[in-house]
Amino acid sequence: MSRRRHSDDSDAGQPHKRRRTSEPSEIEERLESLICRVGEKSNSSLESNLEGLAGVLEADLPNYKSKILRILCTVARLLPEKLTVYTTLVGLLNARNYNFGGEFVEAMIRQLKECLKVNMYNEAVHLVRFLSDLVNCHVIAAPSMVAMFENFVSVTQEEDVPQVRCDWYMFAFLSSLPWVGKELYEKKDAEMDRLLSQTESYLKRRQKIHVPMLQVWTADKPHPQEEVSKLYYLDCLWSQIQKLKKDRWQERHILRPYLAFDSILCEALQHNLPPFTPPPHTEDSVYPMPRVIFRMFDYTDDPEGPVMPGSHSVERFVIEENLHCIIKSHWKERKTCAAQLLSYPGNNKIPLNYHIVEVIFAELFQLPSPPHIEVMYTTLLIELCKLQPGSLPQVLAQATEMLYMRLDTMNTTCVDRFINWFSHHLSNFQFRWSWEDWSDCLTQDLEKPKPKFVREVLEKCMRLSYHQRIIDIVPASFSVLSPANPVCIYKYGDESNRSLPGYTVALCLTIAIKNKASNDEIFNILKDVPNPNQDDDDDEGFTFNPLKIEVFVQTLLHLAAKSFSHSFSALAKFHEVFKTLAESDEGKLHVLRVVYEVWKNHPQMIAVLVDKMIRTQIVDCAAVANWIFSSELAHDFTRFYIWEILHSTIRKMNKHVLKIHKELEETKARLARQHKRRDSDDDDDDDDRSSDREDGPLEEQIERLQEKVESAQSEQKNLFLVIFQRFIMLLTEHLVRCETGGIDVFTPWYKSCIERLQQIFLQHHQIIQQYMVTLENLLFTAELDHHILAVFQQFCALQA
Amino acid sequence: ESASGGGAAMCSGGTLSILRSDSYAELSQYRDQHFRGTRYDQERLLRKSCTLYVGNLSFYTTEEQIHELFSKSGDIKKVIMGLDKVKKTACGFCFVEYYTRGDAENAMRFINGTRLDDRIIRTDWDAGFKEGRQYGRGRSGGQVRDEYRQDYDAGRGGYGKIVQCQ
Repeated sequence: MSRRRHSDDSDAGQPHKRRRTSEPSEIEERLESLICRVGEKSNSSLESNLEGLAGVLEADLPNYKSKILRILCTVARLLPEKLTVYTTLVGLLNARNYNFGGEFVEAMIRQLKECLKVNMYNEAVHLVRFLSDLVNCHVIAAPSMVAMFENFVSVTQEEDVPQVRCDWYMFAFLSSLPWVGKELYEKKDAEMDRLLSQTESYLKRRQKIHVPMLQVWTADKPHPQEEVSKLYYLDCLWSQIQKLKKDRWQERHILRPYLAFDSILCEALQHNLPPFTPPPHTEDSVYPMPRVIFRMFDYTDDPEGPVMPGSHSVERFVIEENLHCIIKSHWKERKTCAAQLLSYPGNNKIPLNYHIVEVIFAELFQLPSPPHIEVMYTTLLIELCKLQPGSLPQVLAQATEMLYMRLDTMNTTCVDRFINWFSHHLSNFQFRWSWEDWSDCLTQDLEKPKPKFVREVLEKCMRLSYHQRIIDIVPASFSVLSPANPVCIYKYGDESNRSLPGYTVALCLTIAIKNKASNDEIFNILKDVPNPNQDDDDDEGFTFNPLKIEVFVQTLLHLAAKSFSHSFSALAKFHEVFKTLAESDEGKLHVLRVVYEVWKNHPQMIAVLVDKMIRTQIVDCAAVANWIFSSELAHDFTRFYIWEILHSTIRKMNKHVLKIHKELEETKARLARQHKRRDSDDDDDDDDRSSDREDGPLEEQIERLQEKVESAQSEQKNLFLVIFQRFIMLLTEHLVRCETGGIDVFTPWYKSCIERLQQIFLQHHQIIQQYMVTLENLLFTAELDHHILAVFQQFCALQA
Repeated sequence: ESASGGGAAMCSGGTLSILRSDSYAELSQYRDQHFRGTRYDQERLLRKSCTLYVGNLSFYTTEEQIHELFSKSGDIKKVIMGLDKVKKTACGFCFVEYYTRGDAENAMRFINGTRLDDRIIRTDWDAGFKEGRQYGRGRSGGQVRDEYRQDYDAGRGGYGKIVQCQ
């Protein structure tokens, strides 16, 4: 009988023993799971689940209070898309246990201070919003929340602080109002009016010169100031809050589970927020970059379905915030992410597919960089198409069409991303597309954005398949935009070229290489090549000899043309020859020129060869930069692959500096550990002597690494200076030519070039910040044409 | 337990297990039977590997196509094409090695299970390339799966070898 009793309530069978043997981490996991998954996969309503959970947690408070506090604080910070679910939960707990409510609020304030101290501003916003919604749950008294917001808004009165700091505090205030505006206004209307009027005057007086740099679409002629500022995230939010106020703070989109518990919650005692002083600005403070709101759809775009909330409605803001948060939470898990997006509540009242597509493109086109790796968005969209095969592909096609229509004013960096996304997407759907719909681009100049876009897309599609496939998938009329057949061009290939200087040496080399010649044998053959530049060559032939480079590189690349691997093997096998021929700066430049001559039909091959040559130190980054700006490449200057190469080169340089820096830090740490070990050991005389000896090699290493770091940083700075200098030269030439010729400056080439310059600033802004003084004094001086100077000024304004 | 002890630790380190989920980047059940070493060694290598095995490729898929697709998750160190042991021609698999583990993880998350040459390709962690592993292990020289499959696959030599021999 006793056995039966034990088996009947197995959990409670030996309660004390079980508690003691359960790992604390297991309990924490269980609590975390209960809290995080509340309402999921349940037949009961969310409200009844919340009530149940509140009961369970209340019972666990005596033993697990700090764990529960930690979990709830973390959830507030990391699951903002479920904000109101958890504020309701906290409200219920506070109603049952006033002290717990107080401790939670204190813990949240501590967490908020921590976040601000370590520059975690995005998470801080979630905490502020959570606190403000706690007013709705009767956990926090409205007047104390207003007081906190007063302190936030007064940051705009601080002197000598970056504008981005004031922007953030303003955003933290405004973005909480959709949730709590009504309640705060009801309790403290005079104070709120004052705050809102302070907001208005702040927004009017702040400068907005950097905004055009971040816009996805620009106009050919600059926008009127008001229009431009509306796109800035803060101004956009402000107009939404103004409208909300006009609507008497009626907000109907946000799900508010706490409404169902009003009778319980309004019996609860509220807590006052302690006075909160925003931590002061320090040198280490790094505030979020300014953002521009991306919109592509409005209510006219889905005539059949529910109406899309207008761009000035606060509903639009809330939906976008929540969808962005879902992506942030689940980006690594594409199936979960797609499912969570599609199950966003209210999806029969809003055209959810349109919102999802718009939010995804907003992230993909975000400047300077998308929040997540680009390829994630392609795969996420494919998952969404799988889950909604009857509706999402059409929305995506509509979006693609809209983006194509607006290509003329789309920022070049965003066009790059559009090209990458579209070609990769098509490759998953057999390249099926209604190309004829885009026949309008065939009559335009090939440098215009639309035909250029189609050309680049087809080139990328070819890279993912093969040349004939692309010919097959487009209508015959599109052949003018089709990519070249990616074949190698060997200048010594034909008998008819035998009069070319170096032809016989080329033949000789070919035979030698086929017979597995060594580097020395190659040097020997090359000795016979005359130098067209100099009258006398020194015996070793180590000075710059362009003909030697030409003959060797042409022949080798031609022999190794079969695949990337063949070419890489060739570079590796004859590394010594390459290093010698390309020893000088002119040598490096010429190698790159010859590579281009051989492979100009196969940009992908050029890119991988340049990459390999940098990594094996045949050429350096500055040589690649100079080559890209050289006159030989002027014809290809606006092609996408050129910029891929340049940015890849800059990235390699950056990674190199980081790597050596890391090595230095690690070696320093090793030395420190060694000292610590020695200090804590009981020494005898022998140890003293041997430890000096131990230090020696490490200290030497550190000195060497220090030098290496300095030299790498200097190379990195030089690379950027070269790039900026060449841009300035190129743009100045164009501007002067236009001025003297009386023609319009804004050619497609100019737009592309100026935006490429902006792209350099934006993509690598953290590193370039280090060079501000040099840039200001040396390159971007007041004498510069104002068109070029404006780019620099906009960049300076970004973190000002 | 006081609540105050949680303050500093709450912010910088804390996360939630539902947000840590990263199923696409986890090890699969597959273990290479030809691996020389213990199961433990193999798993240790798999967990820090930067190399992926890529399967279900068409025999006609080129190194260039693979390079283009897999570059979307990061810089590629090396691509090694899988070869028929007898014919020394492509037999439908390859290895892709990245410079960093993070780039390989992104390939597992976002390239695995998508299409290359119209075929859904599959990626999996590999313990590291060793000479000889570029060859198919089927009796006829290609991959084992092409020995026994019954279907017709134009991109992989038509019918499976066993069917062809009937």
